[in-house]
Amino acid sequence: MDIYRGIVIFGETADGKLASITREMLGAGRRLADNFGEEVHVILVGRGIQSAVDETFTYGADKVHLLDNPKVKEYQPDLFVQCAIQVCEKAKPKAFLLGHTDMGQDLGPRIAFRLNTALVTDCIDLTIDLDTKRCIMAKQVYGGKAQADFDCETYPQMATIRPKTMSPLEKDETRKGEIIPITIDIDDSIIKTRLIDKVNEESHGIKLEDADIIISGGRGIGGPEGFQQLEDLAGLFKNAAVGASRPACDEEWVSTKIQVGITGKIVAPRVYIAVGISGASQHVTGCSGSETIIAINKDKTAPIFKVSKFGLVADWETALPAFANKVKELIND
Amino acid sequence: MNIIVCMKEVRDPDASSDVFKIDMNNNTLVSADNVLKVVNPFDEQAVEAALRIKDKTGAKVIVLNLGHQLDLVVARKPLLMGADEFILLDDEGFVGGDSWSTAHALAMAIKKIGSYDLILCGRQAADSNAGQVGLGIAQILGIPCVTIARKIEVEEGKATVEKVTQDGYEIIEMALPALVTVSSELGQPRYPSIKRLRAANSIQPLIWKPADIGLEPSDTGKAGRRAKILRLYQPVREVECEFIEGETIQEAAENLALRLRSQKII
Ligand SMILES: Cc1cc2nc3c(=O)[nH]c(=O)nc-3n(C[C@H](O)[C@H](O)[C@H](O)COP(=O)(O)OP(=O)(O)OC[C@H]3O[C@@H](n4cnc5c(N)ncnc54)[C@H](O)[C@@H]3O)c2cc1C
Repeated sequence: MDIYRGIVIFGETADGKLASITREMLGAGRRLADNFGEEVHVILVGRGIQSAVDETFTYGADKVHLLDNPKVKEYQPDLFVQCAIQVCEKAKPKAFLLGHTDMGQDLGPRIAFRLNTALVTDCIDLTIDLDTKRCIMAKQVYGGKAQADFDCETYPQMATIRPKTMSPLEKDETRKGEIIPITIDIDDSIIKTRLIDKVNEESHGIKLEDADIIISGGRGIGGPEGFQQLEDLAGLFKNAAVGASRPACDEEWVSTKIQVGITGKIVAPRVYIAVGISGASQHVTGCSGSETIIAINKDKTAPIFKVSKFGLVADWETALPAFANKVKELIND
Repeated sequence: MNIIVCMKEVRDPDASSDVFKIDMNNNTLVSADNVLKVVNPFDEQAVEAALRIKDKTGAKVIVLNLGHQLDLVVARKPLLMGADEFILLDDEGFVGGDSWSTAHALAMAIKKIGSYDLILCGRQAADSNAGQVGLGIAQILGIPCVTIARKIEVEEGKATVEKVTQDGYEIIEMALPALVTVSSELGQPRYPSIKRLRAANSIQPLIWKPADIGLEPSDTGKAGRRAKILRLYQPVREVECEFIEGETIQEAAENLALRLRSQKII
């Protein structure tokens, strides 16, 4: 165990800047590393990402392992795995963190199996066991009905971190660090999967993750027409978006891109209004970080009321128009 | 063409939280008899993905199922949907494993099957919610892998896969043999067919023990795992719900708006 030192984070960039999940992991990674008196390394792979490198230091990294190459247009698993292996062979980290994002979900297990080590996915809390000096990783299991604390008994201890569960550090412009180039021949022979096309299906307007208020509909909405009413209600607010439970997406009433839950989007708006949603653990997991949950459901025993601050036991078709009219009146006052 | 689908038997993930209990001393689920055993829903989608390819190409679909004291009714469900054969990796030794030991055992079984073009898994299990086994098998076998698919097409030795992403999808190509993990965006799995009942019930499983697939006891289940559960618990997150009332539903709805306004929530 003594040969293992420091924390490695596989960073992500968005539009050339450091992605928010990476800032969050740097916050968590820094706290772990300070506890051990060790360093935080970040791997960055992409093209034209120099400004993200500087940001990495200001948010807490000591070293950045960098592959900045015009050939790296997109995430490519085989290449990214090689980069991770190279860094781990040199740095021999105690822990290795990735985001529980499109990339991290795909990349984390690949790296873990190559390194012969264990990974906990979708981790929501990271602590240190003072006796063993190992990281304890908490994650939700059984679709959010329970939680488990894991000890990865091999090094590096790996985790993918759920976005919005860790807090970033304050930006410190004076912080500097060292850049270590990753030396890899980008050779097509290592590439086993080829990206042919990438399609964005996100509707225009406010992104679910960025909305201040989310109005979500479930199976109880009964069809696409009902969702139009939710859209209209959302339109009354400055920064509101419509979400959905999985059945509403499965039935194709709405785009699967607005599914909230353990296998959809994890959201934490200021206000979450659940209409015709029963509150299954797999759904609630995706919205339990919201500041205030409000539920409209005709069944008083629906579990959604157990996580809601305000509840309305009603048929939404009768209640919603009256609610929307009153909201309009109040907002215009 | 041979397609192998890996499936896991899980406790019904739709079971209500009231019947769902945890044994905190043993870090396990209390095996409540009132919670059904089912095919992990994403694995059922993987079976469906395999059958769609079978419908077009006549591929043979083999289902691999790992656990202990596996339920034959659950295990036969993919056969009722249209799969051809099933293999049960059923042994006490498989109990208590993690993603690592599970992927390892499945990969060894796949090596024993020998000939395969495509391996399909669900994107994650409804109980562990880990999402690692598919990728693990692919790494161990050294074959390409695409995760979280909603569509798979195979022709002339290659697979073209639509992978679901947070904001849309990607189209990815790879050579066969390959592994794909399947997500719910694929669409509803077909219903088990009563017409196939007799035929499916006459198909007998192959049952393999760790030694049959070349695994030492030290590599299997609990002994072969790398991640240990220290504590399994149910955090209490209940908040007191204030039910808003009124003479009529309309009035109650208006009162809700007023209450939210007075609390500066809207
Ligand atoms: C592995 C796995 C992953 C999953 N991932 C997700 C996920 O990411 N997101 C997700 O949402 N689900 C997910 N699910 C599904 C989840 O288990 C539930 O089945 C789902 O969330 C239920 O959706 P619902 O509440 O809309 O539907 P239901 O449970 O059918 O509830 C409908 C509700 O509407 C109410 N209602 C009906 N009519 C009216 C009316 N006229 N007025 C008012 N109320 C009405 C009913 O009282 C009921 O409470 C997953 C399941 C599994 C197994």
